[in-house]
Amino acid sequence: MFSFLERVSSNKKSSKDLAKERLKLVLIHDRIDMPREKLEDLKNELLSVISRYVDIETSMVKIDIARDERQQRLIADIPLKTATSNKIRK
Amino acid sequence: MTGIVATISSGKGGVGKSTTTANLGIALASLGKKVVCIDSDIGLRNLDVVLGLENRIVYDLVDVIEGRCRLQQAMIRDKRQPELSLIPAAQTRDKSAVSPADMIRICDQLKEEMDWILIDSPAGIERGFRNALAPADLILVVTNPEVSAVRDADRVIGLVESEQKGPAKLIINRLNSALVKRGDMLNAEDVQDLLAIELIGIVPEDELVLISTNRGQPVVLDQKSDAGLAFMNIARRLNGEEVPFMRLDGKKDLFSSITNLLRFGGK
Repeated sequence: MFSFLERVSSNKKSSKDLAKERLKLVLIHDRIDMPREKLEDLKNELLSVISRYVDIETSMVKIDIARDERQQRLIADIPLKTATSNKIRK
Repeated sequence: MTGIVATISSGKGGVGKSTTTANLGIALASLGKKVVCIDSDIGLRNLDVVLGLENRIVYDLVDVIEGRCRLQQAMIRDKRQPELSLIPAAQTRDKSAVSPADMIRICDQLKEEMDWILIDSPAGIERGFRNALAPADLILVVTNPEVSAVRDADRVIGLVESEQKGPAKLIINRLNSALVKRGDMLNAEDVQDLLAIELIGIVPEDELVLISTNRGQPVVLDQKSDAGLAFMNIARRLNGEEVPFMRLDGKKDLFSSITNLLRFGGK
């Protein structure tokens, strides 16, 4: 299903837009010398460490590598659950 | 005199390094600069045929390094542009015949009498590339608006940075404006956005490049060629002039038309 949707949406995109999107990702991973799967591992480990200390809104977590000219930075936006909402749920 | 060593590199082969080196060499010489082009692709000599100087080779770069001739003897003077000369690569040796220290020593010597030393780097990022990078004051990275060329260019730009030789400057070669218009080719902005270094030239795809190279007459000598004009503009920018980028929609702006006319003093 996903690949079907992907195909439909990619048909509307020009081939150069696709080239640019693909290159953006490839260059980020080339530059930091870390394949995409490893980045997934990093995300999961990071979240598990943080959740040992605080509760995380897991569904709203955003961890990505952003480009700033030729600099890459790991940007993590990790919303935390407030203590009150915890209590309410309990 | 202290010349500037500019290394023309790309990572990927076939993007137009030798074409760029040859044309910039001729263009800079036509602007009155003393220029020497060095073919550092040992074992795969090519700059000589692109420049049309293949029949005049007696000595090469490795002969100089191994002391079989003086530097001057290996410099082939271009009869069309007396300010331009070529030091050819050795054809029957390999990259290990040259070291980064050899290149630095030769360039230091050349810097005393030349304005520009243009080094045509081999493809790849191994020894030959290291040799070409070592003496460089400036690195020009040539790429095509195409995924593999852009990826390799990014790798080279990263290596140049890590050697403290950056920031490199970018030349986008073989831009096909019809394909760009159709949305089937990365445009210059896209490539620059991806590679994030200063753009110093955009060279349109132009069949006159092939035709002139067949004849051993680099395209910058052909006043009708858009690619030739683009190379001339890069040479002017290297010399510190501010030259606006060409329009690549097929129409020439007034400035380009005038510089094109004046390019060789009406010759």
